[in-house]
Amino acid sequence: MRIVPLLASALLTWGAIHLFNTQLSVGGSKTPRLGYFLSPQHGFWQNAESTETNYNDNIVLKDLQGKVEVYIDDRLVPHIYADEDNDAYYVQGYLHAKFRLWQMEFQTHVAAGRLSEIVGKERVSTDQFFRRLGMVYGAEKTKAYVEKNNPEMQSAIDSYAKGVNAYIAQLKPEEIPFEYKLLDYKPEAWTSLKTYLFQMFMSYDLTGRGAVTDLQMSNARNYFGYKDFDRLFTDVQDSLDPIIPKGTVYAKPSIKVVTPADVQTAYLGDTSGSSTAMAPFVPNKSNGSNNWVVGGSKTKSGRPILANDPHLGLNLPSLWFEVQISTPTHRTYGASFPGSPAVIIGFNDSIAWGVTNAGRDVLDYYEMKFKDSTLNEYWYNGEWVKAEKRSETIKVKDSANVIENIAMTVYGPTMYDHHYKNSGSGGKNLALRWTAHDGGSGLLAFYKLNHAKNYDDYLEAISHWNTTGQNFAFASKTGDIALKQQANFVARWYRQGDFILPGQDSTYAWQGYIPTNENPMIKNPERGFVSSANQKSTDNSYPYYLGATSNFPVYRGVIINRKLTALSNATAQDIQKLQMDNYNVFAEMARPVLMKYVNRAALTADEKKYLDIMNGWNLVSDVNEKGATVFNVIWDSLEASIWGDEFAGATTNIGWPDEITLLESLQRDSLYSFADNIKTKNKVETITDAVMEAIKKATVVLQKADKEGKLSWASFKDTRVSHLLKINPLSALHLPIGGGRHIINATTEMHGPSWRMIVHMTDEIEAYGVYPGGQHGNPGSKYYDTFIDHWATGKYYPILFLHLKDAPTHKRIKWLMTFTKA
Amino acid sequence: MKFIVSILLTALLAFVAGLFTQFPWWVFAISSFVVSALIPQAPGKSFLSGFLGLFLLWVILAIIKDAANEHILSTKVSQILPLGGSFIMLILITGIIGGLISGFAALTGAYLKKS
Repeated sequence: MRIVPLLASALLTWGAIHLFNTQLSVGGSKTPRLGYFLSPQHGFWQNAESTETNYNDNIVLKDLQGKVEVYIDDRLVPHIYADEDNDAYYVQGYLHAKFRLWQMEFQTHVAAGRLSEIVGKERVSTDQFFRRLGMVYGAEKTKAYVEKNNPEMQSAIDSYAKGVNAYIAQLKPEEIPFEYKLLDYKPEAWTSLKTYLFQMFMSYDLTGRGAVTDLQMSNARNYFGYKDFDRLFTDVQDSLDPIIPKGTVYAKPSIKVVTPADVQTAYLGDTSGSSTAMAPFVPNKSNGSNNWVVGGSKTKSGRPILANDPHLGLNLPSLWFEVQISTPTHRTYGASFPGSPAVIIGFNDSIAWGVTNAGRDVLDYYEMKFKDSTLNEYWYNGEWVKAEKRSETIKVKDSANVIENIAMTVYGPTMYDHHYKNSGSGGKNLALRWTAHDGGSGLLAFYKLNHAKNYDDYLEAISHWNTTGQNFAFASKTGDIALKQQANFVARWYRQGDFILPGQDSTYAWQGYIPTNENPMIKNPERGFVSSANQKSTDNSYPYYLGATSNFPVYRGVIINRKLTALSNATAQDIQKLQMDNYNVFAEMARPVLMKYVNRAALTADEKKYLDIMNGWNLVSDVNEKGATVFNVIWDSLEASIWGDEFAGATTNIGWPDEITLLESLQRDSLYSFADNIKTKNKVETITDAVMEAIKKATVVLQKADKEGKLSWASFKDTRVSHLLKINPLSALHLPIGGGRHIINATTEMHGPSWRMIVHMTDEIEAYGVYPGGQHGNPGSKYYDTFIDHWATGKYYPILFLHLKDAPTHKRIKWLMTFTKA
Repeated sequence: MKFIVSILLTALLAFVAGLFTQFPWWVFAISSFVVSALIPQAPGKSFLSGFLGLFLLWVILAIIKDAANEHILSTKVSQILPLGGSFIMLILITGIIGGLISGFAALTGAYLKKS
C-alpha cells in the first residue's frame, strides 16, 4: 500500500505551504508570510528596483482634461506641465502614489486611528487616543466646510484623489510597495477625506502637545501650589528677542477679554482631584522651525533671500516630496506633502514663502460633569444638556473590534472619561476644545500661496489659514519682505487654558478669536530682515495672552537675529552657512554660570579633565567637538540635581521646567531655593553643591562615552533618520551631523531640519534645497535615501526651476512621462 | 534524462504559473505535483527534481533582480529577517523554501502514480 506515504507527503506539502503562508510570531513581532515574501514573482524581490530604471512612460488615463508632460530630473524630481490646474493635481496625486503610496496611506491610517487594523491589538491604545482626540471628527468637519465654501480647493483635492486612485488601479499585485508585503496587507482606495486626515496629522504634530502639557501643568500646579508653580513655569524670559521687535506699539485690542471673577479659587488655586490623566505619547517638543528673509539692503544682489527649515521628526520615507507644478496660472516649485495637492513650502515666479510653528495654544481641556455613567447628559449653564454620541469602530487584526463611544459636548469630544483613562485619572471627564475641530479652509492658504503674485496675494492667501498657528515668511521679486503669525488664535486672559478649565458653564469658554489683522505682523522693517524660530511673537505689550511661556523656545531666535543683524552683502551661500550654523548661544550664557559655582579644589583628576574640555570649547557644536558633549551632559545632570528631588514625590507625570527657567533663575538669584535637596533633612544644599554633584554624575556618563569612543558630539548625539516602522535596516543611522537644541542647525537624535530651502529672488530665481531622505519611498530604490549624506554634511542641491521650453533639452532632465486623456 | 526533463518542466511550469500573480504564490505546488505525476520516477528522484526545479528557478529569478538592484534591498531584508545582511544567504533561503514545497508536492505526485 502506497496510500500511507501518499497521504503523508500530501500532508507534508500542505504543512509546508501553510507554514510559509503564515505570519509567525518571533520575539514579540511577526514575520511576513515567508513563502509569499520571498517568492521572486510575488514578494519583495519584485521591489528590488533596477538601479538603471527607466522612468519614461506614456500613460493614458480617463479623468484627465488635457495632456500633461512630466519631466523628471536627475534627483527624481518631477516637473509637471499641465494645461489645467486640476490636471496638474491629478498627476501630482498619481506621482505621489507612484513614489510614496505606502507612506501616504500609513500616515493617514495613524491619523484615523487605524493602526491596529494593520498590526494587531498591541496598537489599540494608540488608535483609541487618536479617535478620542477627534482626528476623524476634525477631518470630516474640514471636508464639509471646504466642500461648502471653497469649491476650487475641493476640486483640486478631488482631482488629486483621482490621480492617486488611477495609480492604485493599474498596480499589479506583485507591484505593491515593500512595506505592504512585510506587514501583509494591501493598499485601499484613496479618498479626499484622507487628505484632510493628513492635515489633522500635521495639526496634531504641531499643536497636539497641548493635549499633554495642559495635563502636566495642572498636575504641577496641584503638586506645587500656584505660587511655586508660577516660579517654576514662569512667564518671564529675560533673553527673549521676539519675532516682532521689542518696543513695537500695538493697536488697542478689539476683543476685551474678561477674566472670570472666581479665577483665583476656581481655576488657579484649584487643587481638586489631585491628579489627572496622562496621554500615552507626546509630539516632540522641538517641533519648531526657522525661517527668515533678508531684504535687499543686506544682500549682494539687492534682492531678498528667503530661508526656511521646518524641524520635525526625521523619517524615511521623508515627510516631503519635491515637485514643480506649472500650469497657465502659475509655475511653482517646492516641498509637497505626499497625501496633499500643491506645494507646502516653496516659491513661484514672483514670490517665495516658508513656515514655522507659532507654538500658540489652540487646544484646551474642560472638566465636565455628567449626570451618570452613561454620559448621556452633562451640566452646562445651569441645566442638563444632551451629549450626542460619536461611535468609532476600531478594527483589530486577528481580534475583535473595539468600539469607542465618545460623548460630544459643547466644547468638543470628551477625550477622557471613566471608560478611557490612564494611570491616576481619578475618573475626570475631560472635553477637548481644539481649533483643529473647527472645520476651516484646510489647505486653501497653501493653494493660494502657490498662485500668489505679490504681497497682497500673500496676505489674502494666509488669511485662510485658521487651524494650527504658523509664522508665514514672505519675499517677493519686487523686494517686499514680511512675516505674519496666522491662525484663529484664541483671545485669552492670563493663564487661560494653561490648566484644565472648569466646563460647567460658559464663564471659562473661549471668548472669541483675535481678528486676523491684529495678529503679529511685520513688513519691510528698518533692520532689513524678518525671522522666526518659534519664540514668542511679541513682547508683553501685545494686548493678548500668547499662552504658556514654556511653549516658546528662546535661544534659536536670539542667535538668528544676532547673526542676521551682523549680516551684509549676503549671498545664497552665506545663508546656507547660516542654516548649518552650530553655534550654541545657550551654552554661551550657561557655561559662565556653571563655572561660577565650581569648587575646583574638590574635583578629581577626571572631573577636572572633562571640565577643562568644556571650558576650552569654542561653543560650536560641530561633529568632532568633545566640549559640546561635556556641556550637555553636565547641564542635564544639573537639571536632575536641581529638579529631581522636588519632582520625585509627584505621583503623576510632570514635565520639568524649561532650561531657560533654570538658567535665568541662576543668573538672577544665587540663593536659588530649589537647589536644596529636600531629601536631606539636616542640610541646605547650595547651588555649588548642585553643580558639584552634577559634575560628579556627569563624569560617570562621560567616562563611559569616552571608553566607547563616543565623546565627540556627533557620535554622542547619534542622529538617525528612522523608517516610519522604526526598522533599523531601513533607516539611516549614526549620521555625522552637529547642531542640536538651541542651535540654528537644530538637529537632535531623531529630529531636526526636515527640509532646508533657500530662495534668492533674482530675475531667474536662484534656489537651493535638501531634505534627509530621497524622492522614492521604496527601500529597494537607489533614490530611497540619496539626499541624506548631502543633508548631514550641509550641502545643498541647486534647484532646477524649469521653463517648459528648456525642459526637453536640459542636461539634468533624464526622463519624460506623458499623460494623455483616454 | 527523465530527471533533467522533470527539473526543467517543473521550473518552466512554475514560472508560467507565477506570471499570473493574482494566483497565490504557492501555485507552483500544483504544477510540480502534475509534472511528477506525469513523469514517473522513484519517489526520491521525484523529490529531488521537484526541489531542484524550484530552487533553480527562484535562485535565478532572485539573482536577476538582485544584480540589477545592486543588492540594495536584499542587504536590508537580510538584516531584517535576520540573516546577517548577507544577500547570498537570502537568495539561498529563497531557493530552499521554494524547493522544499515543490519537492514535497512532487513526492506526492510520485506516490500518487504508484498507489
